[in-house]
Amino acid sequence: MRRTQPSLQPLPSEITPPDRYFNRREVITALAAVGAVGATVPRNVSAAPLKYARNPRFSLNEDSNSFEDITTYNNFYEFGTDKADPAQNSSKFKPRPWSVAVAGECAKPGTYTLEDILKPHALEERIYRLRCVEAWSMVIPWVGFPLGALLKRFEPNSKARYVAFKTVMRPDEMPGQGFPVLDWPYVEGLRIDEAMHPLALLAVGLYGQTLPNQNGAPLRLVVPWKYGFKGIKSIVEIRFTEHQPPTSWNLSAPREYGFYANVNPSVDHPRWSQAQERRIGASLFASKQATLPFNGYADQVAALYKGMDLRKFY
Amino acid sequence: MNAPARPAAKRFRADKAVVFLLCSLPLLWLALRAFGASSLSLGPNPVEALLHGLGLWGLRLLLLTLCVRPVAVTLRQPRLMRLRRMVGLWAFTYLVLHFLTWLVLDRGLDLNGIAADIVKRPFITVGFAALLLLIPLAVTSTDRWMRRLGRRWHSLHKLVYVAALLGSLHFLWLVKADWREPALYIAVYMALMFWRWRNRPGARPKLSVSRETA
Repeated sequence: MRRTQPSLQPLPSEITPPDRYFNRREVITALAAVGAVGATVPRNVSAAPLKYARNPRFSLNEDSNSFEDITTYNNFYEFGTDKADPAQNSSKFKPRPWSVAVAGECAKPGTYTLEDILKPHALEERIYRLRCVEAWSMVIPWVGFPLGALLKRFEPNSKARYVAFKTVMRPDEMPGQGFPVLDWPYVEGLRIDEAMHPLALLAVGLYGQTLPNQNGAPLRLVVPWKYGFKGIKSIVEIRFTEHQPPTSWNLSAPREYGFYANVNPSVDHPRWSQAQERRIGASLFASKQATLPFNGYADQVAALYKGMDLRKFY
Repeated sequence: MNAPARPAAKRFRADKAVVFLLCSLPLLWLALRAFGASSLSLGPNPVEALLHGLGLWGLRLLLLTLCVRPVAVTLRQPRLMRLRRMVGLWAFTYLVLHFLTWLVLDRGLDLNGIAADIVKRPFITVGFAALLLLIPLAVTSTDRWMRRLGRRWHSLHKLVYVAALLGSLHFLWLVKADWREPALYIAVYMALMFWRWRNRPGARPKLSVSRETA
């Protein structure tokens, strides 16, 4: 694997051992719970600095969205369907301790703690475009590691043609799960070659800090050439399957949301055009911008879909 | 209904002022946020916030106009009817601004794209149709037009029932999965229409009333 370039300045996280800053987060959360720090607590109580290196291969000539935009405008229906809901309703969510069940067509199934999962991987920062199926977009500096590197550790066998993911089910901590807007828990999936593609990222942070709850703490998928709903959040299960797994939005409205969900300006959503997108954080008078095939990552990923009718497999 | 005496009409102006102020509050709030007054903002997606804010309040006020007669009859407060026109015109104002926000800020006056959207996207088609239906109602809302049209004015203004239904469908149709709020509006609409059906002019009057008059 390609080595990443270490940043020159030591980060605060490099002199703070992880057990200390996780502890710090719990203290802040606990204080917030008893109201000791009340209104001064930022919405992102779970933030802790991460040790990572910027990966210059994945940078963009576009400005990243502000931390505020990225953490207050979210589609995470488990915390409510309004864009502002996840930031407001996710403070009770406990992203640690965490473990992920690995199952299906692989040699090493089992339950892995988050620490087990993260241990061998060097975290890197990658700046990706995010294109939502609702025709808005952001630019986000994720911190994570390639999904493929993790999947290989579980030694998928020759029957493993797909990978299925599942979000945690905790109605007590996720108020949106109290009403079946979608058929909870949220499930998503990728074809194995998509999952192994170097662009597919498992994110544990953004802007150099652990993921805020509203962004899918502690572990989420980022597939930058697909619509945002493919980026399943708060993952608790990874399953290798022989057949294409069900996916939540496809189950909810099969005509509108396909399994592939590749960003494609020439295939409209049945109710709106996908030709353009609105960049979040722009002014009231900014115009929309053209959406690019595969969200601008066509050079890297178009070959995955050679010979496929992308109108049929939307 | 006889025209009330002048003093009564004058006394009512205070109520009108209150209703006017209340109806203008959501617009004022959106404007303050749009112009960034004292660090207020429309949030990360200002066009969407403005578009949805105007549309929602337009629909709410439109449904409110349909509430006026049932409430006035039930509470035996016919004077409430005099407030209905203002609420209706406010609803129209919000909905025109909603349309203009979509036209200018969201679609950037891309006329071809706009025309295609109105034809191709059913939720936009019904929303646009609802707005078109409201135009003649707003135009003929003056006393002068009421007198000129006479009984036909009431027939014409029944179009508001169609517009409110289309507006509610427009909302239901655009949500991705959470249909609870639009479903609530449709339920309110159905309840109000059911009341109208129960109290339609040709309906059998209440037994007690007919006995007294017999």
